[in-house]
Amino acid sequence: MTYFPEEVVEHIVDFLGSHGDRNAVSTVCKAWYQVDRLSRRSVFVGNCYAIRPERVVTRFPEMKSLTVKGKPHFADFNLVPYDWGGFAQPWIEAAARGCPGLEELRLKRMVVTDDDLELLARSFPNFKSLVLVSCEGFSTDGLAAIATYCRGLRELDLQENEVEDHGRQWLSCFPDSCTSLVSLNFACLKGEVNASALERLVARCPNLKGLKLNHSISVESLNKILARAPHLVDLGTGSFTIDNRSETYHRLINAFFKCKSLRSLSGFWDASPFCLQAVYPICTNLTVLNLSYAPAIQSADLTKLIGLCFKLQKLWVLDCIGDKGLVVVASTCKELQELRVFPSDIYGTGITAVTEEGLVAISSGCPNLNSLLYFCYQMTNSALTTVAKNCPHFTRFRLCILEPEKPDPVTNQPLDEGFGAIVRSCKNLRRLSVSGLLTDQVFLYIGMYAEHLEMLSIAFAGDSDKGMVYVLNGCKNLRKLEIRDCPFGDAALLKDVAKYETMRSLWMSSCDVTLGGCKALAAKMPRLNVEIINENDGTSESKENLSDLQKVEKMYFYRTVAGPRNDAPDFVWTL
Amino acid sequence: MSPPLEHDYIGLSEVPSAAVGGGEEGALNLKATELRLGLPGSESPDRKDKVGLTLELLPRGFVSGAKRGFSDAIDGAGKWSLASGESGSEVELGKGGGLFSPRGEPVAGSSGGQGTGGKDAAAKAAGQERKGAVQVGSSVGDDRAMAPAAKAQVVGWPPIRSYRKNTMATNPSKNKDDADGKQGLGCLYVKVSMDGAPYLRKVDLKIYKNYKELSSALEKMFSCFTIGQCGSHGIPGKDGLSESRLMDLLNGSEYVLTYEDKDGDWMLVGDVPWEMFTDSCKRLRIMKGSDAIGLVYNFLSQLRGPWRNARTGTRHNAMLEKGQMNQIPVT
Repeated sequence: MTYFPEEVVEHIVDFLGSHGDRNAVSTVCKAWYQVDRLSRRSVFVGNCYAIRPERVVTRFPEMKSLTVKGKPHFADFNLVPYDWGGFAQPWIEAAARGCPGLEELRLKRMVVTDDDLELLARSFPNFKSLVLVSCEGFSTDGLAAIATYCRGLRELDLQENEVEDHGRQWLSCFPDSCTSLVSLNFACLKGEVNASALERLVARCPNLKGLKLNHSISVESLNKILARAPHLVDLGTGSFTIDNRSETYHRLINAFFKCKSLRSLSGFWDASPFCLQAVYPICTNLTVLNLSYAPAIQSADLTKLIGLCFKLQKLWVLDCIGDKGLVVVASTCKELQELRVFPSDIYGTGITAVTEEGLVAISSGCPNLNSLLYFCYQMTNSALTTVAKNCPHFTRFRLCILEPEKPDPVTNQPLDEGFGAIVRSCKNLRRLSVSGLLTDQVFLYIGMYAEHLEMLSIAFAGDSDKGMVYVLNGCKNLRKLEIRDCPFGDAALLKDVAKYETMRSLWMSSCDVTLGGCKALAAKMPRLNVEIINENDGTSESKENLSDLQKVEKMYFYRTVAGPRNDAPDFVWTL
Repeated sequence: MSPPLEHDYIGLSEVPSAAVGGGEEGALNLKATELRLGLPGSESPDRKDKVGLTLELLPRGFVSGAKRGFSDAIDGAGKWSLASGESGSEVELGKGGGLFSPRGEPVAGSSGGQGTGGKDAAAKAAGQERKGAVQVGSSVGDDRAMAPAAKAQVVGWPPIRSYRKNTMATNPSKNKDDADGKQGLGCLYVKVSMDGAPYLRKVDLKIYKNYKELSSALEKMFSCFTIGQCGSHGIPGKDGLSESRLMDLLNGSEYVLTYEDKDGDWMLVGDVPWEMFTDSCKRLRIMKGSDAIGLVYNFLSQLRGPWRNARTGTRHNAMLEKGQMNQIPVT
């Protein structure tokens, strides 16, 4: 065996971008483990309970960037009780003790408190970037701490968090000496923000590229900001309402006209159709457009705008765009890669929804489409087959037919064949969400063809245990499986338990899995934390009275080397 | 649910005990309404059907019989939670609070609160007390009256992030006039908190047409208290506080539905016409009866609105006449 000095190994390993590759390197031998360990700068923890924070910090002392994810994905849809867990505190504390050189922290679906943010702000002198996605538990006081103590902060990116509003002064906490901001996103804040402090901040940060405002920022303020920062690349507008033909409107058009670097637009809270016209000057440069929070814009105005966006790669809209609007998208946006169509009427009366026609049009116009999230009123097998043929490059395909278990309206058949066509054609499919009427057959197809599938979401589908078994047998790269309201039970769960150590997690709610089945699983697999979320049950006495035959409301298990967690609330029972 | 009674805004009118649920066993039908622990699918003996505790708006139902449930419930240590139904018709009340049976028989359930409570509740709930959290063993069975059947709602479906739902709800289209006949987004989400519960919920008031529907939905969401029911026009009927009623309130064994109006004042739900209520309601709070006494008292002493003056004045006098005012301690 040729001898490689460690420096050479390290040099080679530095070229490895992905965490998976690095992880593989570290398992080759002790020497390589050490090399990776000391040279790893960016650490990704997909499940905060899979490993203890202290272990991560000890293993990677030179870590500069840490990403941690907490709650299971279905927490987004309120299927996970509020205090289930996912606390950032132990992570921040461990990093503060062991990794003071940390520069970047990214948290998703975790509970972050103001104390955590203050500890973060005070513990890392080189801290540069904080990204919080779908987190909760903190307020603007925590943001004030970040602004105050993080000298040299480059990025503060708050995406869709629940932030308690304790006043507008947090923004003023950025000291006058703070000139390093590159990206600031506070779009999710519900309260007022000090607009003049913001304008001053923008004025003194020459490198500012991304700025996403919340709805409290008026157009007048936006004008001033754009005047100071015409070099913005990514803008989220604040509230976007102005009077017709007013001076403000003309200034706005001029301001946009000067933003030659602008590539990405979002926000548009309260946008009216008239205002949207102010954006026309820069449409031809846009690659990203998010209009999904602008319910007042109807299809005609949407298409007028989008009709100018030839270079668009990513588009998020509401379904009021309609099938006809999607035809316009298809004929204009030839470089489209990602499309998300959200329902504007959440309770689904179907009036303005899109159907399979819109999707087919998109697929024929946009062959580079690789990521789709599509909420629609109905879908047909024939449409899905056409889409599969037109767009073989899908890596993410999420289809949500608003009414559960809805069959193909033309043939009245389940949508097995349609989804089967998708998985057969899209060889690089990594993420799939299915909906509509589906039998076990679709899972047979998924198991057979979706070789690279990593995440699968299933709801109201399948006939029997066979469905789940097909998936577990077939999808070798499956990492996350989430199932709700399907007739899968213990037999499927226990068929191949060894598989679960190759996966990050599995969620099953409202299925046919029983307590006995979960216990059996936990007994066979000591390195899985099998959690039963049972909101009825708080006391241990009653746990003894439970029959193994009882069905379990919600089960979530994940592989871990950390053992059962010690912060689980009463209603979470780790078997 | 028991038949609606005439609305008494304080809710302290005498109510025939038979009208309270489970009448054949007498007014104190504690057995049938006793809350017990149980996993989904567990059969509680002696329970004919899963009696949902009626949540009715003040004032009806404040009789001793209506104590069913939550004094027992309060005893139960443990988390605030909602039970699932039996396995055959698995009705889930997750945080979403909606009803559904698996395999696609979405059942019209409590409402707009679905899907919105979660993240929003978090910050608030952090500060809330968890002691005395109510444990609910009663489950919601098929025999229950359906909430507005127009929209079948399933917990967590469609799979839209609660952030998006909340945002769209609180920033509805301001230019609805421009949008010809566009539906949806005429919604009015208000937070609903319950004393002792660790998290809040949200309901869309626009889904309901009257207090009865709202109460039925809230009942499903927080199914452990009884609040009086009001008439269709929301105007209280009977005057007068009965002594037993007052004592029940004082015992703190009852809950009262209140709301915060545009002026920031806390009002008893059920007084004003429904439309006026939805226009002015900013948030809802299910208060403990003992706390509500103070509210009632405040209410009596602060005359608001012309339509209240006359009634309050009358009531005020009535109470004085009955010599009962002195018995009400000011909390």
